[in-house]
Amino acid sequence: MYDFNYEKATSTGEAASKLSDAEDGKFMAGGMTLLPTLKQRLANPSDVIDLGGIADLVGITVDGSSVTIGAMTPHAVVNASAEVQKAIPALAKLAGLIGDPMVRNRGTIGGSISNNDPAADYPSAVVGLGATVHTTRRQIAGDEFFTGMFETALEEDEIVTKIVFPIPEKAAYMKFPNPASRYAVVGTFVSQGPQGTRVAVTGAGPCVFRQSDMEAALGKSFASESVENIKQDDGDLNTDIHASAEYRAHLVTVMAKRAVADANG
Amino acid sequence: MATTTVSMTVNGKQVSAEAENRTLLVQYLRESLGMTGTHVGCDTSQCGACTVHIDGLPIKSCTILARQVDGKDVTTIEGLADGDTLHPMQEAFRENHALQCGFCTPGMVMSAIGIVERNKDSLDEKTVREELEGNFCRCTGYHNIVKAILAAHQDMAA
Repeated sequence: MYDFNYEKATSTGEAASKLSDAEDGKFMAGGMTLLPTLKQRLANPSDVIDLGGIADLVGITVDGSSVTIGAMTPHAVVNASAEVQKAIPALAKLAGLIGDPMVRNRGTIGGSISNNDPAADYPSAVVGLGATVHTTRRQIAGDEFFTGMFETALEEDEIVTKIVFPIPEKAAYMKFPNPASRYAVVGTFVSQGPQGTRVAVTGAGPCVFRQSDMEAALGKSFASESVENIKQDDGDLNTDIHASAEYRAHLVTVMAKRAVADANG
Repeated sequence: MATTTVSMTVNGKQVSAEAENRTLLVQYLRESLGMTGTHVGCDTSQCGACTVHIDGLPIKSCTILARQVDGKDVTTIEGLADGDTLHPMQEAFRENHALQCGFCTPGMVMSAIGIVERNKDSLDEKTVREELEGNFCRCTGYHNIVKAILAAHQDMAA
């Protein structure tokens, strides 16, 4: 790891101003992606600004229509939250499928979506539930937040503060995990509720996307039979040592079908 | 390289040592404090040999900076036994022959205590196997590790 200046912020304002002062600063949430990246010398920031001391970014609140999760809330807390399990069980379950127990004790929802790894789980829930991302500057619709591989709508010094998930009538997440890393080879999040009928796919392409053919079919009839014959075009999907684009396309349909069955279960 | 004094509580004792900003917690424990019970297996946050507890929660000490842990409460494998009396999890590993080469064992034990604490009321074999996903035993001696954790669950509940 190259050395860097380490700064610990106690508020988002302080973090943003430290980033502005830095030559090439980087925010760190749980560090579960950033630290491995630094160790491999794939990044060389002048300053690492630790958001771990900002207490008001942590916590979960649930009201009648939404679940709000603070950006620095670890996956293990979301997974174990009785309130989340009751309001949006698919979201609690998804959090428990990320990495392993030690990673889930450190990794955060804000870090995950800000990093926007193409195989991360949380982006599928943000898009698949039509959530709204709150930042230090504005509110961004989930559909507008993820703009490309490892790219988001966030400005350099903009920090995610919380994510507001509308409570769906039905939702489920199905994931085909890479057997070694537990990242999604393909993960499909389906929901029906105040944000319409949604099918969000992660892992398959360079960035989470909505599967509009499946959404249209499920909008007519929310049953696994509605999606089982819908084929995902493999043209823009990822190919790597783990899976070909063709195989990922096939998995999109299989995971969607299982997710709908689970949501109806 | 510039260093900073990093202080924390390790196994109930207040400690301080100089660390670079890039010093990982596991380096701080092993190299600055000389506490080599915590192992480095992969250094890529996969194998879990470096697992310690921070404020009671298992984490991988190869994937956190020492400076992030400043002021916090750390428990390592060296902090479990009470004198000559092993912690129930250590005792269960001994009784069930849950180690072969022993390299993964410190991380396995620290992770296993987390599993029991998360599943106080009931714990079955499937859950143990699932929740061990962040710990590798390259001797592949998982079977006795699982047995030991289930046995310790009984002892720790008693």
